[in-house]
Amino acid sequence: MKISKPVLIMLASLTFSGAHATAVSELLQKYETQGAKQFNAQAGKELWTRSFGISKEGKVRRCSTCHTDDLRKAGTHIKTNKDIDPLAPSVNNKRLMEIAEIEKWFKRNCEWTLERECSAQEKGDFLSYIRMQ
Amino acid sequence: MKMRNVLLALGAGILTVASQMVLSEDDDHGKKKGKWFERSTDVARVENAQYVKECGGCHFPYQPGLLPERSWRKVMNQLKDHFGDNAELPAPTHEQVLAYLVTNSAEHGNYRRSEKILRSIAASDAPDRITTTPYIRHKHDELPAKFVKGNVKVGSLSNCTACHTKAEQGSYSEGEIRIPGSGAWED
Repeated sequence: MKISKPVLIMLASLTFSGAHATAVSELLQKYETQGAKQFNAQAGKELWTRSFGISKEGKVRRCSTCHTDDLRKAGTHIKTNKDIDPLAPSVNNKRLMEIAEIEKWFKRNCEWTLERECSAQEKGDFLSYIRMQ
Repeated sequence: MKMRNVLLALGAGILTVASQMVLSEDDDHGKKKGKWFERSTDVARVENAQYVKECGGCHFPYQPGLLPERSWRKVMNQLKDHFGDNAELPAPTHEQVLAYLVTNSAEHGNYRRSEKILRSIAASDAPDRITTTPYIRHKHDELPAKFVKGNVKVGSLSNCTACHTKAEQGSYSEGEIRIPGSGAWED
């Protein structure tokens, strides 16, 4: 069986960049059409560790409050105590696989952490940071 | 002779039924109940992968039989502020999860605890927390705070699995309780 050159290149790029590449690049393209500019992993990291005030329960509104600062580690839901599997695709191959899942969690978690929805730019920066972890 | 056999069989049958009725009388510590079609668990187990994924992602996937239908509708209507968290679902998923909850709520099936919870709630009331239903409150009212709020491994009554070792199987018997740091619980 002969495999065409473009298919080979596609397969190779999937192997090198991880299977989560498809969902993430589709989302990044979508965010660009919504007005986002060049995405920046460093900006994503800065957002990840930034504090956005204090919640009613007295917890710091920050991504790492539940997910920890090391995305390769498991986190804990601060209210229910339930374990949260690591977010880093390098240790958890279920992450960043489905567009609907990514968007669902952005909606929920931005509402708690930032007390508003995240912008297309912020979501793209987050994804650029998380995908490298 | 034939007639005697028939009468004997009938008599034995009546005795069996009567003894089962006595054995299965509702008792708060056992699991049997006085109905013909008995179930062995307190509330129906969760056997819906979508519910476990969507709701169990953040907390113990509470059995739908722990609240009446009207309560689940209220909870699902308030997902934007789900006890302080945003837990909104995309429209099709929302509908599917709601359908699962209302078709398996406390009114359905023949489960002992579900019926007790249901009976304890005033018809005009629709509690959105399982822990505020009169039956569940009553069952936990003797628990000192140090076992729950003051216990880092428990934290809240809503953390069923912390002490009810078979909660995931829908079983909440007293004999299965193990309080972290304190062991078994005696009334």
